[in-house]
Amino acid sequence: MNYLPYAVAAWLFLVGLYGVISSRNLVHLIICVGVIQSSSYVLLLAIGYRTGATAPIFVDVPVGTPAVDAVVQALMLTDVVVEVTVVALLLALAIQVHKRHGTLNPDELRKLKG
Amino acid sequence: MTRRIRQKFFLFSAAALALCFVWGYRDLPPFGQVTSIYADKVNAITVPQRHITDAVTAVNFDIRGFDTLGEEFILFTSVMGVVLLMRRTKDEPAGDHEDKVQGRNVPPVSDAVRVTTLLLIAPTILFGWYIVAHGQVTPGGGFQGGVILSSAALLLYLCGTYPKFRGAAAPRLIEIAEAVGAAGYIIVGGACVALGGMFLENLLPLGKTGTLTSGGTVPFINLAVGLEVSAGFVLILLVYLEELMEEKES
Repeated sequence: MNYLPYAVAAWLFLVGLYGVISSRNLVHLIICVGVIQSSSYVLLLAIGYRTGATAPIFVDVPVGTPAVDAVVQALMLTDVVVEVTVVALLLALAIQVHKRHGTLNPDELRKLKG
Repeated sequence: MTRRIRQKFFLFSAAALALCFVWGYRDLPPFGQVTSIYADKVNAITVPQRHITDAVTAVNFDIRGFDTLGEEFILFTSVMGVVLLMRRTKDEPAGDHEDKVQGRNVPPVSDAVRVTTLLLIAPTILFGWYIVAHGQVTPGGGFQGGVILSSAALLLYLCGTYPKFRGAAAPRLIEIAEAVGAAGYIIVGGACVALGGMFLENLLPLGKTGTLTSGGTVPFINLAVGLEVSAGFVLILLVYLEELMEEKES
């Protein structure tokens, strides 16, 4: 059980990657990229977690109380917001692809040589 | 490469990648027992040295402030990319802002939804700014508050029609707000240089711990980020709604 969160992160990464490779629709592919990215959240939070520690907020607990790693949480926080805009950008690309070629299937796109 | 070969190739590489994961994890301490010298240092110095009670905000906007500037600009360029990609080209005539997609019989929004969303808009905006302003005290800050603020725009769309929403949202103003938010971060950093310090060095009075004015430059950076994130998300929302409304009958 001790290594389960790390295994979950690896599994999310691989399952997302499989989705990207086997995808037949660009929108599905973009969501799979999101799944791959969520594995980084799991890994970062798992590394920052400490058994028995509180959140790194020292409003009603004194300084020196064992707290989880604030550095990885800060990394993750910006990551979440940035991911949404990057997904929006990728979806905009997908819309343009559909406008130009009338398909969202990556395999058919290759046939068009576009 | 056919689908079959590609999948076989994936299985082979995935197995190799999984082995790399195992190899990389081997020396990691078990879950919950990872120790990091940075974590201990950050948790120890944020209150005495920065007067910030939320260590995550202290890392994001003070200790690691320059990195967050970069991340904020990833967001900025992504939003610009979306706007650029979705702009109307010459062969796409301007729509009349009506929902024309066929086979998508959207039922009219019920009065209950309209009234509820209308009532929710003001509290959402207030809550958004509350989260932005209290970033240095409790969990929150520009990124989280900005997203909440942008959801107020979505509520505005739900309680009215699209043309009215577009009129109220004033895209030009939103674009300016986004630019001001992005520039604000740099201006705060530059002001520190002007005051004789380093870029983004926290030189302002740190204030009383646990109050709105604590943290020196952090509240100002949070305001700038909050403005940028909310404006960026509203811009994405506007661009996508515009696309939906202008989709031609096929």
